[in-house]
Amino acid sequence: MSHAGGLNILGVNKSFVHASEAKLVLSDISVIVKPGEFVTVIGPSGCGKSTLLKIVAGLETSDAGAVELNGQPIAGPSQDKGFIFQEHRLFPWLTVEQNIAADLPLNKAEVRRKVDEMVRLVRLEGFETSYPKQLSGGMAQRVAIGRTLLRNPQVLLLDEPFGALDAFTRSHMQESLLDIWRENGTTMLLVTHDIDEAVFLSNRIVVMDARPGRIKHLLSVDLPYPRSRISPAFQEMRTLVLRALADKADAREESWEI
Amino acid sequence: MNNRHHRSKRALVLQGLILPAMILAAWQLSTQVGWASEQLFPSPVSIFKDFYDMLQSGELLHHLRVSVVRAALGFLLGGALGLLAGLLVGLFRRAEELLDPTVQMLRTVPLLAITPLFILWFGFGELSKVLLIAMGAFFPLYVNTFLGVRNVDSKLFDVARVLEFSRYKQITRLVIPAALPQVLLGLRLSLSTAWLCLVVAELMGADQGVGYLIQDARSFMRTGVVFVGIFIFALVGKLSDSLVRVLERKLLNWRDNYRG
Repeated sequence: MSHAGGLNILGVNKSFVHASEAKLVLSDISVIVKPGEFVTVIGPSGCGKSTLLKIVAGLETSDAGAVELNGQPIAGPSQDKGFIFQEHRLFPWLTVEQNIAADLPLNKAEVRRKVDEMVRLVRLEGFETSYPKQLSGGMAQRVAIGRTLLRNPQVLLLDEPFGALDAFTRSHMQESLLDIWRENGTTMLLVTHDIDEAVFLSNRIVVMDARPGRIKHLLSVDLPYPRSRISPAFQEMRTLVLRALADKADAREESWEI
Repeated sequence: MNNRHHRSKRALVLQGLILPAMILAAWQLSTQVGWASEQLFPSPVSIFKDFYDMLQSGELLHHLRVSVVRAALGFLLGGALGLLAGLLVGLFRRAEELLDPTVQMLRTVPLLAITPLFILWFGFGELSKVLLIAMGAFFPLYVNTFLGVRNVDSKLFDVARVLEFSRYKQITRLVIPAALPQVLLGLRLSLSTAWLCLVVAELMGADQGVGYLIQDARSFMRTGVVFVGIFIFALVGKLSDSLVRVLERKLLNWRDNYRG
């Protein structure tokens, strides 16, 4: 792998204190994400998958363990680690192009060029001067993706980014995300509770269990892209993930070698 | 419902004018018939005549200019300080702990009660008036700016952290625009309080200004002039309020709110 963006998540633990009682939300989480790889974390709500993503982003701290980007420990949030939230979180007072530029000056030729390129990439031509209130959910989320990609992140961290969208928009967004991934080669770490989404997008799927959040299975998805959601192989993989999610036994040991 | 959309703007204005026109007509009639004393309730026509005469002689504009300058100076001083202090206290916890308790305590003191003190300290001149107006204008902007900053969605701060906004950009690109609706509300309240304080200051003692005009006319029983003064106060107050509302519409057109 020539390009950067490798993520090492090593033995991460995290507890939250609630009513003077420490509750373990993440127990000994270790995942190695190779540069340019698409890894999805799937699990029931309360398994701490979003917390894990926030720790990787530097928005939360872990109690134990280490998270490294390109072998360097993560100190805090940075533009190398793009974060897509479940809601679009656009600035409502800025237009589409201003949101994509965010803190950068749009009147600078270099910024202007990059913003225009992003608008094309997320297919929002003609909406440059619209305000977020005028956009649909899918369009707004695409603006958020453009805003993040403009900063050339090495990893894109996606926290259930399409969860609030309708089924049609969601599958369209998933295809757009794959296009972007193919084009930019950005390492992707996605958190979701949508099995189809996980199988459709990822090279590998991390299956988590709740209370405490821990890794149950690590599954490889060896299907060629673009994937057909109705192919037998896709359905087979889907069943495998479903079974892994339902699996009560600790099957971590056997699937550890990936 | 549907009907409302079809009605033109002019029709709406005319509809709003029905009640005031009726009141004016009844007033004019009752003074003409002799039901009301011309001394206490001069007829609208004679009030308008007073207004016209004062406009012609330049008397009205002179006093109006003096009043507007006073109000503007006081408002600029108090409003700017209120905005600045509100931002500071909103942004920095330390500043809040240090400043806010004192400001909140001072805020509870009725402004009118301090007026005599201001006159003792700063005399009857311009300074006491401007300072009184400044004090009135300070609090609404302070309170609303503070609130506005504290109401900024913390989720957007997460975005600013991930995008690595500098502290300066965090303030100019996030805090100020997000707090703007509340700041503009503070601005409107500040303006109206400044105007109120101006009236108080000028009625307490002045040798020019619209307040003086009213006070002077009262002592000579020129009731018509008193009415003209009140009308001018109302008009300028309404104008300044409308100005901020135009500003609101221009600056806040990104908002997606219920419009009634």
